[in-house]
Amino acid sequence: MSDATIALTAPAEKPVRFRGGGFRTRPLGIISPIVFIVVIGFWELGSQSGLIGKLILPAPSEALQALLELIETGNLWKHLGASLQRLIVGWTAGTILGIGVGLAIALFSYVRAGAQPLVSAIFPIPKIALLPLFIIWFGIGEGSKIATILFGTFFPTVIATYGGVDNVDRTLIRMAQSFGVSWWSIVRKIIIPGAMPAILSGFRISIAIAIVLLVAAEMIGAEFGVGAYILLAGSLVATDQLIAGVAILSVFGLTVAWLIGKAESYLLRWRT
Amino acid sequence: MEIRLKGISHSYRDGGLKVLSDINLSIREGEIVCLIGPSGCGKSTLLRIIGGLELPSAGAVLQVGDPPPTSLNPLTYIFQDFALLPWRTVEGNISLALEDHPIGRKMRTEIIDGVLARTNLTEFRKAYPRQLSGGMKQRVAIARALSVNPAVMLMDEPLSALDSQIREILMADLVELWCRENFTAFYVTHNLAEAVRLGHRVAVLSRRPGKIREIIEIATPLNQRSADSPELGRHQQHLWELLRDEARAADLELANV
Repeated sequence: MSDATIALTAPAEKPVRFRGGGFRTRPLGIISPIVFIVVIGFWELGSQSGLIGKLILPAPSEALQALLELIETGNLWKHLGASLQRLIVGWTAGTILGIGVGLAIALFSYVRAGAQPLVSAIFPIPKIALLPLFIIWFGIGEGSKIATILFGTFFPTVIATYGGVDNVDRTLIRMAQSFGVSWWSIVRKIIIPGAMPAILSGFRISIAIAIVLLVAAEMIGAEFGVGAYILLAGSLVATDQLIAGVAILSVFGLTVAWLIGKAESYLLRWRT
Repeated sequence: MEIRLKGISHSYRDGGLKVLSDINLSIREGEIVCLIGPSGCGKSTLLRIIGGLELPSAGAVLQVGDPPPTSLNPLTYIFQDFALLPWRTVEGNISLALEDHPIGRKMRTEIIDGVLARTNLTEFRKAYPRQLSGGMKQRVAIARALSVNPAVMLMDEPLSALDSQIREILMADLVELWCRENFTAFYVTHNLAEAVRLGHRVAVLSRRPGKIREIIEIATPLNQRSADSPELGRHQQHLWELLRDEARAADLELANV
């Protein structure tokens, strides 16, 4: 543009249009309880007005009634206790074995070459399909249930662990070697902490799988347990009890997720 | 202790790409030898070979004389990317280098206190790496290297990841440290200004396969060198003339290492 035209027509000033923004979510803490209340409120209203059939979906208040009944009779603790015990024993054993095998696969070439294809082959099998086999092997009692949960927890943990170790920053390992740090110290002080974020996100997956398998396993030959309670409620068409049982499972899952969140913020406090 | 490189050649895989060719060089006690060269000429590979992290295809790295008995790790690296453990604090990171040595907890704390004081990091001892700037992280890495009392420090572009102001400050810190402690170092860089400021001798490596083209001596004592000194300017100009064509040719090569 030449000077002459500028002098003749002063160009109009206007602000540059803002084009950024969007694609970024804001935390809105109050929304989630509102959504819960609204959904349950509509559900309750629909049930009260007869819009939702009693048998098809019982009102939340009825489910709550069933839950209170369960607490009063003391059966809640029996079911919960049995379920929790299976979950804790199965998940813990599966996790410990999984981390051990995952580390071995990550650290030793022979183990990796031998075990990795095996893990890849068994991981995608729905472990519920193996439950009948486990019943033959470990009996109809606790053994088969715990074995199912253990097996289901083991594989995702193995994969998360060796994936995590593979992603540990090689420069840190080289640094440690250059300072003459021993092999075992490198494993303890660099490889395990470095793989910890991946291992903990593996926990989130393995615990969800464990809860699914717990319910499935309890539906076969269990006297007590949340899964047994739900199965019984279903057979008696006591849908209010069924919903109460499902709500317990949901609380289960939320509690565990919260616990893992706590563990993450403690173990990974070095992260931002 | 002195380090002598005798006929070092290196290729990746047998008979594959040759990266280093017949390198002969010695690093004398109490001197800083800088190594410059175009990118991909094998500078870092040579450094890894010197410290025993990689085996050369031919030739040998010789250690002449014994390291002082107080040296816990005679050949000690300082890395470009600091290589600090993000899950350990400043003192924890230094402690890592000491934990596998049989020196006892009390001695360890004393050493850590000492190196933190020498690098002006005492008030940062409980900080995590993520809380520190790049310059501070490299100070921690220097403190960690000092803690094992090295006979030779192997520095792999230690200032390249830092911005130019911090680089200037840390360069001054290194000069001050050298004047105090006369450490021996092999300093790899691609920055000519760093090389002429810190090197008693500067070796120029050609492009792949890396050969030593020239070794220049810079007589000015380290603490009398300044960024605008005409003598350093002449050295830097000379080095640039040696490097320019190498760098241009290296730039046109396909990277297939």
